[in-house]
Amino acid sequence: MTEFTPLASAAGGALIGVASVMMLGLNGRIAGISGIVGGLLGDFSAAQRWRLTFVIGLLAGGVATRFFAPQAFGAGAPVPTFWLVVAGLLVGFGTRLGSGCTSGHGVCGMSRLSRRSLVATLVFMAVGAATVFIVGQVGG
Amino acid sequence: MSANKTTGRAIFAGLAGFVFAVGLALGGMTDPNKVVAFLDVTGDWDPSLAFVMGGAILVYAPMFLRLKRRSAPLLDERFHLPTRRDIDLKLIVGAVLFGAGWGLGGFCPGPALVSTMSLSSDALVFAASMLVGMAAFRGWNSPSRSRK
Repeated sequence: MTEFTPLASAAGGALIGVASVMMLGLNGRIAGISGIVGGLLGDFSAAQRWRLTFVIGLLAGGVATRFFAPQAFGAGAPVPTFWLVVAGLLVGFGTRLGSGCTSGHGVCGMSRLSRRSLVATLVFMAVGAATVFIVGQVGG
Repeated sequence: MSANKTTGRAIFAGLAGFVFAVGLALGGMTDPNKVVAFLDVTGDWDPSLAFVMGGAILVYAPMFLRLKRRSAPLLDERFHLPTRRDIDLKLIVGAVLFGAGWGLGGFCPGPALVSTMSLSSDALVFAASMLVGMAAFRGWNSPSRSRK
């Protein structure tokens, strides 16, 4: 059971929106994390340097969070390590296969009224919910 | 393409990444239990993360409409926006796999990377696995693979 935090969540979302606007207005890019990271793997040329610096920025934000608001990381993962490996593999492969994730499809894609993104978002939300339900039944 | 613009793009991408990460943390996306609670629609439901997406779209959508009228972004010659409009099997299957992993582990790509900086073994294991999964896709999808 986690606390309902509409204001903090909306504010966090607004910041994500601001960052995404920056990427669009300055770099002309969709702020889709799976795409940014996926495109970085295997291509470290100068033209792709923005991908690397974006990831460094993400990590720097993580460091800042660790020092100023470590409670944001929560209190441990919902499943044992083995299943975290499975989950990570699924997220890594699935986001690349499906050309996006919550940021690329959910925020940017839906804002653009992309049918692809709307469908993808509905699918991963529904499957996510179904997965949590199943895990809850199995775990007891 | 001038070197200055390439550097500018790199610098502002770094800044954007930082702001993005702070937004994820503030919004609650870096707490896998909060993600699971958001997806636990039939149980102990915490709808907070809907406000994350809502807040983001409220900011982004109007600006997208304004910016797309320009011929180019400030630091590049053209926009790099997706052009596909078809809904294909890869999109669906990809979304299914991603949704399953997200519901199982509670992390999506951005929060996974941000959370590595907590140095928790959970976040590090997930992020490493995610990168392996991405690399696996790249290997599977590479042009050298014979196509039927």
